[in-house]
Amino acid sequence: MDEGETVIEFRKEFFADERDDNLNEIGKPTQRQDALGHVTGRSPYFDDHLFDGLLHIRCVRSPHHHARIRRIDTSEAERMPGVKRILLGKDVPNNLNTLLSLLDFGIDDEPLISDKKVSYVGEPVAAIIAESEREARDAVAKVRVDWEVLPHVLDPEEAIKPGAPVVNEAYPGNLFVYHDRYNHQKLRYGDVEEAFARADHIVEGRYQMSPIEQAPTETCGAIAAPETNDRFVCYTSTQALFFSLGTAAKLLKVSSNRLHFIGGTVGGGFGGKVDSLHEPMAILGAMLTGRPCKYAFDRAEEMQVGAPRGAERWYLKDGVTKDGRIIARKFTGYFDAGAYTRLSSYAIIKSVGHLPGPYTIPNVYADVFCVYTNRTPATAMRGFGITGVDFAIEAHMDKVAHAAGIDPIELRILNSYRDGDMKAHRRLAKNTALIECCQVAAEKAKWEIGAAARQASSLRDGGGARAELPARTATDQKGLVTGVRTGSYAHGGNSQPSASQPAPTQPQAARQTPPPPAQPRHEPTPPPVRPPPVQPPTPPASPEPRRTTRFSSISGLRRR
Amino acid sequence: MPIRVETYGGIDDAARALRENRTARYLGGGTLVMRSVNEADQSFDTIIRSTDKSFGQIQAQGDSVTIGAGVTMAGVIAHRDLAFLAPVARVIGGPAVRAMATVGGNLFASSPYGDFTAALLALDAKINFAGQTGPGTGIDEFLRDRSRFAQSLVVSVVVPRPRDASAFRFLKISRVKPKGISLMSIAALLPQSGGRIQGARVAYGAMGPLPLRATAVERALEGQGLDSGTIERAASVATEGIEPPTNGIATSWYRREVAAVHLRRLLSGQGR
Amino acid sequence: MSRKPIQFTLNGSERATFVAGGQNLLDVLRRGIGDLTPKYGCGQGTCGTCTVLIDGEPHLSCLTLAETVEGRNVTTTAGLATGNTLHPLQDAFMEGFAAQCGYCTPGMLMAAKALLDRNPNPTRDEVVEAISGNICRCTGYEAIIEAILAASRAGAPRQYG
Repeated sequence: MDEGETVIEFRKEFFADERDDNLNEIGKPTQRQDALGHVTGRSPYFDDHLFDGLLHIRCVRSPHHHARIRRIDTSEAERMPGVKRILLGKDVPNNLNTLLSLLDFGIDDEPLISDKKVSYVGEPVAAIIAESEREARDAVAKVRVDWEVLPHVLDPEEAIKPGAPVVNEAYPGNLFVYHDRYNHQKLRYGDVEEAFARADHIVEGRYQMSPIEQAPTETCGAIAAPETNDRFVCYTSTQALFFSLGTAAKLLKVSSNRLHFIGGTVGGGFGGKVDSLHEPMAILGAMLTGRPCKYAFDRAEEMQVGAPRGAERWYLKDGVTKDGRIIARKFTGYFDAGAYTRLSSYAIIKSVGHLPGPYTIPNVYADVFCVYTNRTPATAMRGFGITGVDFAIEAHMDKVAHAAGIDPIELRILNSYRDGDMKAHRRLAKNTALIECCQVAAEKAKWEIGAAARQASSLRDGGGARAELPARTATDQKGLVTGVRTGSYAHGGNSQPSASQPAPTQPQAARQTPPPPAQPRHEPTPPPVRPPPVQPPTPPASPEPRRTTRFSSISGLRRR
Repeated sequence: MPIRVETYGGIDDAARALRENRTARYLGGGTLVMRSVNEADQSFDTIIRSTDKSFGQIQAQGDSVTIGAGVTMAGVIAHRDLAFLAPVARVIGGPAVRAMATVGGNLFASSPYGDFTAALLALDAKINFAGQTGPGTGIDEFLRDRSRFAQSLVVSVVVPRPRDASAFRFLKISRVKPKGISLMSIAALLPQSGGRIQGARVAYGAMGPLPLRATAVERALEGQGLDSGTIERAASVATEGIEPPTNGIATSWYRREVAAVHLRRLLSGQGR
Repeated sequence: MSRKPIQFTLNGSERATFVAGGQNLLDVLRRGIGDLTPKYGCGQGTCGTCTVLIDGEPHLSCLTLAETVEGRNVTTTAGLATGNTLHPLQDAFMEGFAAQCGYCTPGMLMAAKALLDRNPNPTRDEVVEAISGNICRCTGYEAIIEAILAASRAGAPRQYG
């Protein structure tokens, strides 16, 4: 880079008094701590560890979107050269899990190795462990599975129609159940129907996106090996080391202190390396063979079987006054979770907390569905839960601008939230900056906007009446579900009893349990005192907003 | 099954081994065969290769050039007698693929690969197989039923040199540039005599299971001057009689929509 | 499984190992010899993370039948630095923030080295073509292109360690 060439332009005139500009790192180039490793090829990705006698795991995978498994015949595969062990569902000590059971959110719905049915193309039904990758692949080719092909569904709105194929048997109607109560996540704020009735324009739109594959250059994988002290070391590509540790401990029914996880060097993840399904398989292989085991996706698996960002479909309906104020916004959202829950349930919580976007709209309604289809199970990717609906919101704003005959940037500035405004999830907005972003974007694009828009500020005109909760919020019991307990792990809820296997032990002398060391007495310490947050100046007459409904900042995962 | 590698010094020994073993494949540069090995393709268990130097030779003789089957795309680009084919070789893969991929191997590539073969189809090349005497197998004949030649060893291809450099044109359309898998490729041989096209040959890659001739386009061009009216008529029949495939790169519908646009550009002498 | 001995030069030193039938060079380098610098990204010839030089020319080691390197010179990223002195390309990649996750970096470096060894003053278009067989999912390529151009203009390589 030439000296003096500007890459980042700092607009320090905005929010100048809210910022400390004596920063030592931000705005200055700092060399990455792994740069030397990267350019010498020494950064240790999971596969950059050599083990003598490494075994390779390859899975037998479903070619069907949806099928019952009548029979798996591994007899010929077992006799293939180099094959050490074949794993089936019954070999997994606890063969049903959902990733967020670690946070007590959701029902265990996904096997590590399926044995009753498959619900997406690529779902694993057997794992071959062999001396070489070639031998493992050759043995996979010899496994015969007798499938009973079932009807499948690949569209979320089709999947929730009566009579649709049952994709995920843990939940009724192919819908995740929220708060043990509803088959969707609701957001209710004010009364949109009443506002629509008095709006001058009604603007509707449908927006959708296909699944997006993260496609990191390094594929997902893990190598596990027996280590000292009756534990297992596991090198992994995961982005979610503690999720992977907890998931492996749960699936394999071993205490996590027998698992030594080493991660941190990832060849691209972008959210696609959080599902934590490679480590349990590799560790199980190491447990049952006593040898190091590698389990990794090849490129074809990474693209087809590896979880993408899930498809989404959004229906938006705005009620707009003739001067361009959006007085009501209604969302109906469908997240295509694919065959299993993984992180899609949480994506919707994030999403709904985000609605209606960075705008102050006095009436907001959302129904957002986590739908199971026979697509590849979805997972995280860069801002998942938010990016899809933001595309919908911003595309819709342009549509609203066109319908109301107002400049699209001025429309945004007019409706933008400001500091002190009440947001639809019943917290006050602070540190807002949409207005300034719009102004600078217009300037950069040489897009003319009017004086009022040019002079608007996030720091002004917020709060006051805008800080009030709506006088009345219309609620409903649509989508009520009964008889479903979604708390599973900690509460011993709805999870199916698994064919319990004791955790495999190392092939050596029985381990002595050492006596617990003397514990030091632990005094509870008081929480640290936090300095009061900086508040924007409030108009003198503004009353305190009534806080009747609290929504947990971890989005309802903790029950109050 | 484990893979066995058999290396032969001479062409005839390699050809015989390939002919006698239906579960063998011949290794050119490896860009196709080794991919299949990596995926544990169960249809073959033997790799046959030869170290015979004649595979890598290029010989110009009169109005044609004989290119050894083992000549790489990089070799084509580097040879002055093959300047007319350099634009084709240059868009096959990236630099590493071009250092490895061979003329012979490309003949057996599956769609959407095989752009070099599409060019050879337009140029009316002939293929010399080991153990054959005579003028070689015409490429139309070869592509009519390529599976007949699965266990035959290609020794070289004989490519007629276009009398006039501008008579041969090639365009590869891909989403990713400069290197990407073809959405389609178009090779056109348009010799002119007295201002009129005589002996038009137009071939498409990635528009069917194998490279194929766009015969409706050829009929629209034959005997005409290469003017805007002729180009429009040719473009209007760009996909007549052709069922473009749907694959991960594009749908059949999309290929149908854009084929005429790209054909028109090629015939008008515009770049991509 | 029967194995065949092969001998070749790796980064300037003589090596010998045994290869299984059909084993590719990437696997032999990583597991047979222990040079972990070339990477697996696709096994199909699309991503370029396995790029090595064979007699100075870029090759995809995942598509190279290992025994075909008998008697030849193979160069990998492990052979770029001289002792503690980085190759100008490595230096330029560090200075130019041309690596984020780093997984494509070894392949990019080898493709760039093949270019600069034969064309010490490439144009931008020539740099783009030289790395056209290497996929990066992180950087958007600009920093990599700039780093290769900077390396082509660089002076003395830098010490590290």
